[in-house]
Amino acid sequence: MITLDARGLSCPEPLLMATEAVRKNPGETVRITVSTQNAKENIERMAAKYGKTVDVQVVKPDYVITIK
Amino acid sequence: MLKGKCNLVVFGILAGIVAVILAVMGNPGNMAICVACFVRDIAGAAYLHTAPVVQYMRPEIIGIVVGAFIISLITKEHRSTAGSSPMIRFVLGFVTMIGALMFLGCPLRMIIRMSAGDVNAYIALIGFAGGIATGAFFLKKGFSLGRAYDSKPADGVVLPVILVILFLLSITTTLFAASTEGPGSMHAPILVSLIGGIVFGIAAQRSRMCFAGGIRDTILMKDATLLIPIGVLFVVMLIYNIVGGNFHFSMAGQPIAHTEVLWNILGMYIVGLAACLAGGCPLRQLILAGSGSADSAISVVGMLLGAGFAHNFKLASSADGSTPAGRIAVVASIVILFIIALVNIRRNKA
Repeated sequence: MITLDARGLSCPEPLLMATEAVRKNPGETVRITVSTQNAKENIERMAAKYGKTVDVQVVKPDYVITIK
Repeated sequence: MLKGKCNLVVFGILAGIVAVILAVMGNPGNMAICVACFVRDIAGAAYLHTAPVVQYMRPEIIGIVVGAFIISLITKEHRSTAGSSPMIRFVLGFVTMIGALMFLGCPLRMIIRMSAGDVNAYIALIGFAGGIATGAFFLKKGFSLGRAYDSKPADGVVLPVILVILFLLSITTTLFAASTEGPGSMHAPILVSLIGGIVFGIAAQRSRMCFAGGIRDTILMKDATLLIPIGVLFVVMLIYNIVGGNFHFSMAGQPIAHTEVLWNILGMYIVGLAACLAGGCPLRQLILAGSGSADSAISVVGMLLGAGFAHNFKLASSADGSTPAGRIAVVASIVILFIIALVNIRRNKA
């Protein structure tokens, strides 16, 4: 599993990190932590486009997103 | 996902209606609700510059920040954060105003000018998109201003509180300058402006409206979702302009605009590139500042001082065109942006 920390980063950096990880590692689970709802929504949208399933856990005050 | 897109349309319509009401009720031609122009007017009201025609404590700006503040508290998105290269963000806000005042408008006013048939705004869009493409290139290369951290909860409340105090002072005292002629003297009734700003701020926060983000994500991610509320806002204003007889497709004779192709392009190139590097357009910086980001608040302060600087040193254009100092400042700003972009590329990308 690839684990990324994108907390506190400006838009669209969390999305770019997640996208790059998903693209470069097909078949592998990517787990990324973000701090804003905005970044969470962007990553969910990207994952859906790649046909991935997304699981979001709220670990206050952040979001841990698992993309499979 | 479809519900999300519906919301974007609804918030786009809401923002468009606010813009139409403000235009009808007295805000200057093709300005309705322009972040750069109105921050500049606030700078003038507070004597950060003394250009007599552009001084007014615009309640719209205060409303946008307060609207974002209120809605982010309700949705529990408000979070005090700070520490992502604040001085660089200050410079980004500062040069944004030099670019915006070369063109005479922020991306929001560019869209509003386009909806009224102002060809100069369509030309400026080329520069804006070019700036965003340049910013997207650096983002792909690993550009980052670093992460922000949680700060004391009170930190994220400072800007909204200051703006509310300024607003209260502006309606109860004669402390601030107010233009008696020119664009600064043209404004909707105070309460309409304030409520309009609040509603606009709420709509922009909920729809993540960002004029840079829409184009940036289309380039980087082939995802045009963020363009939806902007497209809807454009259509609402277009209908208003056509029905109201305000649509004139031309370069010359447009209100508070000039026809210098190169400088309109370069002015908005700055705004596009700076917005990409800062993680959002001027409107988005107001929204993020309202939602608790001290980094964005610093960027807003940079815009405020940049506006004062631009008028004090005669960098800002007028309907007569650009100024020699303004042209030099625009070139210098582009150089500064490239330096910022180049020195902040992470060596080892994640």
